[in-house]
Amino acid sequence: MNFENILPQFITVLILIAILLTVFTADTISKLIGSETGFIGVFVAAIIGSITLIPSFVAFPLAGELMKNGAGALQIASFVSTLVMVGLATLPLEIKYFGKRITITRNVLAFVFSFGVAYFVNWMVSL
Amino acid sequence: MKCPLFIRRYRLAILALIAFILFIIFFPEQAPKASASLLTQVKNMFIIVPPIFLLLGLLDVWVPREIMIKFMGKESGIIGGVLAFTLGTAAAGPLYASFPVASMLMKKGASFFNILIFVGAWSSTKIPMLLFEMESLGSRFALSRLAIDIIGIILIALAIKATVPKKEVERIYQEAENQN
Repeated sequence: MNFENILPQFITVLILIAILLTVFTADTISKLIGSETGFIGVFVAAIIGSITLIPSFVAFPLAGELMKNGAGALQIASFVSTLVMVGLATLPLEIKYFGKRITITRNVLAFVFSFGVAYFVNWMVSL
Repeated sequence: MKCPLFIRRYRLAILALIAFILFIIFFPEQAPKASASLLTQVKNMFIIVPPIFLLLGLLDVWVPREIMIKFMGKESGIIGGVLAFTLGTAAAGPLYASFPVASMLMKKGASFFNILIFVGAWSSTKIPMLLFEMESLGSRFALSRLAIDIIGIILIALAIKATVPKKEVERIYQEAENQN
């Protein structure tokens, strides 16, 4: 197994993550996806989730806090779903293993699916 | 002529590094945070990568092709899918850690559909994290997300399998052979 083989992509991914995590603070995120923001908020949440790559054990409490502080369950569900399933920052590595076509297809489908997740989870939570 | 080859291979990484430096130049107040973030990522890399590659090494040595094909190959049916899902969901690691593991599974002969299930399960459901998600976001939230994710993973795997040309699938399997 040759790690050097994927080292370029790996380095790129790490740097992208570092920049993104610096930009998207909890404050910024809550301004963008509060519960009043409706479908736009869901869409913005999906975009943010797609771009960022926060480890789950940081993201879940963060999302929990956001919900307590005014973000809607709808937007948060969209955020969490894209956060784990869609990886814009990790595209270089994914392409290396799966090629452009599969990578783009998978990420696009996961992105669209996350909207379904958002509405379903929101519905279940409100029952 | 080693130097130009190096530049070519690492051009994306070099671009990212330039972007990072530009970011710090234009937003100097973010510099400490950004650098700390980068350091954290590098640290994470050293924590995540060795175990993964160790696991892959063990997989490579211990799991013969015949076994993999029997349990997760094209003819493995439901068992293959369930196994792929179980492996994916049991893994506790970021999305990008699933790619090398999926590659090893491909080399060993797991079917394309099962690979897609595996990556899908790894990316969206995480049983080890389920309790944590229930605690942070509520059990209704976590469990309903899990439920719809199971359906979604299967649908997405089917959709990808249907739309990607066979040649491309063969190409990435070949790439997996070469990688490993």
